[in-house]
Amino acid sequence: MDHITFLVAVVIVTALAFDFTNGFHDTANAMATSIATGALKPKTAVLISGALNLVGAFLSTEVAKTISGGIVDDTLVTPGMIFAGLVGAILWNLLTWLLGLPSSSSHALFGGLIGAVWVGAGSNGVHFDKVVEKILIPAVASPLVAGIAALLATYLAYKITARARKDSVTKGFRLGQIASASLVSLAHGTNDAQKTMGVITLTLISVGALGHDAGPPVWVITAAGLAIGLGTYIGGWRIIRTMGKGLTDIQSPQGFAAEAASTTVILTSAHLGFALSTTQVCSGGILGAGLGRRLAEVRWGTAGRMVIAWLVTLPAAAAVGGLSATVVKHGGNLGTALIALIAAAVALFIVIASRRNPVHADNVNETHEVTIRSEASSDVRTAA
Amino acid sequence: MSVDWNSLGEVFAVSVGVTVGVVVVFALGILGLARVEAAREVDGGTHALGLTQAGLCFLACAAVVAYGIYLIVPQFH
Repeated sequence: MDHITFLVAVVIVTALAFDFTNGFHDTANAMATSIATGALKPKTAVLISGALNLVGAFLSTEVAKTISGGIVDDTLVTPGMIFAGLVGAILWNLLTWLLGLPSSSSHALFGGLIGAVWVGAGSNGVHFDKVVEKILIPAVASPLVAGIAALLATYLAYKITARARKDSVTKGFRLGQIASASLVSLAHGTNDAQKTMGVITLTLISVGALGHDAGPPVWVITAAGLAIGLGTYIGGWRIIRTMGKGLTDIQSPQGFAAEAASTTVILTSAHLGFALSTTQVCSGGILGAGLGRRLAEVRWGTAGRMVIAWLVTLPAAAAVGGLSATVVKHGGNLGTALIALIAAAVALFIVIASRRNPVHADNVNETHEVTIRSEASSDVRTAA
Repeated sequence: MSVDWNSLGEVFAVSVGVTVGVVVVFALGILGLARVEAAREVDGGTHALGLTQAGLCFLACAAVVAYGIYLIVPQFH
């Protein structure tokens, strides 16, 4: 493998790092409501979800043929730009994790790439009409659809079981939740792990280490699957708390309705070729389920902060991606190493900041707020 | 740029329809099971009607889950 230059090695490692953050950022999508309602113990939930993500990675054979699905001009993309874009995506994922905000990992990846390509190849390398078609419209439509479906389903579920014994109902819906949450995890593994596989494979093709139209080698599939599975197992507990407890107080019928809605929207959209964000679909489902139970409280403040994070995700990741691309473009290998070091330092800083008020399997359900008690909180908050 | 309203409408209709359908059928199954459990405490009977209702409902839900797995796993297509 003498084709593997320093830059390519850095891209592969960065892609796997992104895959890892993708996993722990998105554990909440499948498992937050199951953990909140007690359908699954926190540790069991992340273990199931991690395992199913790994399985999903091996099941998906249709690896993305393009890095971005047409959002940027793939012929102009260099490994340096991919690296810069990934750095933007990783840092944004970590920052939103610190704040406990469920934001879309796919949007972070697209944003990072858009910024990097814009700087690296000019604004004509970015297909803005595709950005609207593939990102903006699904981002508005998919949470709404999931929300409305979950709202109706929740309302009817409570109506139907109103006169039945409460403990029987709770127990029954909890069992149902295990199935619906597992489906979300499996679908996540087949979709998101292949994004990273696609990035690594296309990088290898671009430097001639693989032939054109080559599929991902087994080591790429294994590495990507392990990265996303491990990330999922580590569990983004801060985001799990926000989605399971922060948006609304979820009971098991609501959790089941929300997960059923999310699964259905994800599967129908994939079937009809709509790209969407699992995170936004699941959040929409949870909000709908909150509204569907009468008198249930939806914390609009938390929901509002989440929506702001959605809006900022793409431009913020693009800004970091663009900045990194500038340094990589002018600094060559030295610039790449510098950006990698700075990114690692920022990541370490974020992890240390999260230690001030950690959220983990044992305290995830205790309150509904994720806070960072330190002066660090004020400046990251304005950044969000 | 044009919005594909047909696909969007299709996603909306199918998603809402399937979600509401599955949750309603599942809720009916739970209702059946809850009746059986309640009756057992009163007279010790098994209440075949409730059990049948629950069984049929859960079977229908299991079929939907199986179809979901079929859709997720590309090897099945």
